[in-house]
Amino acid sequence: MLNRILAPLSAAWKEATDSQVWTSIFRHGKPVSNRNRALVMMSNVFLHLHPVKSRKAGIKLRYTWCMGGITFFLFLVLTFTGLLLMFYYRPTVEYAYADIVDLQEHVPLGIMRELHRWGAHAMVITVWLHMLRVFMTGSYKPPREFNWGIGVVLLVLTLLLSFTGYLLPWDQLAIWAIAVGSNMARATPLLGTEGPLSASLTLGDISLINAGNDARFALLGARSVGQPTLLRFYVLHCVGLPLAAAFLMAVHFWRVRKDGGISGPM
Amino acid sequence: MIDLFKDLVNWASGPTVLFTIATLGLLAAFRFTQVWSKTSAKVFFAVLAVFYTASMWDPDFFLIVAKPDNIPITGVIFLVFFFTWFAMHQGIRNDRRSEGGTEVLEKEEAEKVWVWPDLVYTEMLAMVLLSIVLLVWSILLAAPLEQPANPADSPNPSKAPWYFLGLQEMLVYFDPWLAGVVFPTLIIVGLMAIPYIDTNPKGNGYFTFKERKAEIVIFLFGFLILWCLLVVSGTFLRGPNWNFFGPYEYWDVHRVEPLLNVNVSDFFWVKLLGRPLPTGGFFAALMREWLGILMVGAYLFVLPVVMSWPKERFPTGLKWLSCHHYFEKMGATRYYIGVSLFLMMMSLPIKMYLRWAFNLKYIVAFPEIFFNI
Repeated sequence: MLNRILAPLSAAWKEATDSQVWTSIFRHGKPVSNRNRALVMMSNVFLHLHPVKSRKAGIKLRYTWCMGGITFFLFLVLTFTGLLLMFYYRPTVEYAYADIVDLQEHVPLGIMRELHRWGAHAMVITVWLHMLRVFMTGSYKPPREFNWGIGVVLLVLTLLLSFTGYLLPWDQLAIWAIAVGSNMARATPLLGTEGPLSASLTLGDISLINAGNDARFALLGARSVGQPTLLRFYVLHCVGLPLAAAFLMAVHFWRVRKDGGISGPM
Repeated sequence: MIDLFKDLVNWASGPTVLFTIATLGLLAAFRFTQVWSKTSAKVFFAVLAVFYTASMWDPDFFLIVAKPDNIPITGVIFLVFFFTWFAMHQGIRNDRRSEGGTEVLEKEEAEKVWVWPDLVYTEMLAMVLLSIVLLVWSILLAAPLEQPANPADSPNPSKAPWYFLGLQEMLVYFDPWLAGVVFPTLIIVGLMAIPYIDTNPKGNGYFTFKERKAEIVIFLFGFLILWCLLVVSGTFLRGPNWNFFGPYEYWDVHRVEPLLNVNVSDFFWVKLLGRPLPTGGFFAALMREWLGILMVGAYLFVLPVVMSWPKERFPTGLKWLSCHHYFEKMGATRYYIGVSLFLMMMSLPIKMYLRWAFNLKYIVAFPEIFFNI
């Protein structure tokens, strides 16, 4: 009985995988022979991030926790959901909040904002855990010193991505969190109005550093969190920082391979 | 009985007690490494889970912990504990193996395997599981949206995003130029400098504790206590006006806490000499702060030199201060950069305890130019 259902199915499957369309996409057989296992890694642009073979201990879940991979996957989820959110969101003081309300009320099956928000929280945590793993296995040691540094910059970019995204809903939580966070910039030595030694930067008796040109102003684009800040954070959040992160991720992954793959005892 | 327990927990969550207990607990766990066993992990997580679940019946606890945006903090608590245990557990298992003459586990499985299927299937599974977790989380819990932004109405407490709450907590003890600008920069630079300072060739590519004790103790103290603990307490235990509230306490906006903090200059001139602070001009300000400047200068510039001396030059009782073997091993440049970064890191707990013990506000205070330490 079961065979009568399965037999035509497997015949159809064979038909499909033998077709010209299928063989034009996948240029080799199933990865069941060693030759094809090597070919699948080398002929697929996404899989070729990986080597063909790897040390058994290195790819164990108990060793890597898959934390770097999970972080990368979350970045992809956030890029995709963020793109969908951009269809509905206008970064102006006038519309931003209303667009979020619209998104909640009128978009059917809308969980893109949820996926984006919870995914972002999760990504901050997985970056920390990935760094914890890399530290605890001593994987920053030679020859991987430089890649650890790239990783630290990626940590900073992750936090900045989350920080800039925090403002976009334009609710009370958003603007006051950014206000608290950016107030610190006022205290930058030399470059903030309330920073040490800034008052010593003068031309005659004109003070060079004031609330209209200090480090905080550069961050906010204004003297307080307002329209210029929203636009600035939006552009950084949707374009600038993701591009920088993607660029550094490419370097990070490349260097994992070039520095000898997943770390292991010498 | 329950009230007594709640009072006890509220008391133990206070910044002073919590920080001290956590630090001593961590140090004890490094000393008595048998606590990183599977059994103690099971007991620990059972106790934590029971504590968490039972506490949900307390309305004040529930109000803060069940806030949708605070879910990640609960995640931080459980995940960071679990993965710290997991890493230490494997490290100590490897240490036992090498003591017994067998090689570390990671060395044993040195043969090469095909990435398809051995790795790609794991990755596939992780992606599927994570997708399910995210989807369920997103369906069950709507992303919160508060009232529209109103620049005229600042909420109390106003908090930075949760991952910056460690920095906001530092604002209690340091001025913003240090807590918000200098220390974050030093954290980034310090992290990037780790591979260049740490010259220990051992423990590269496998879990171990014994072979890298100093590195792991310093890193985990920084990550667990100075970062994660401050993030968690900043989220759950800091209420209106950044006052401390126990997990079972109501966040009372009107609670007033007297702040009677004094500077080192007050201690020296007013309390010790019984004189007013020197006033008038640059040199008077320097004279007012001379003791503080001397203390900070000694801490940052003299102490690293003294610590590089061999043990024989220290009196008994202070020999633990000697880091001569590091100076020898690392060379002068690495040693001075490493020790300076370490001392900067330790200035946070030092300043905390000075505040708790003496109500100390500033060691050096030049409010005229916003230069306070």
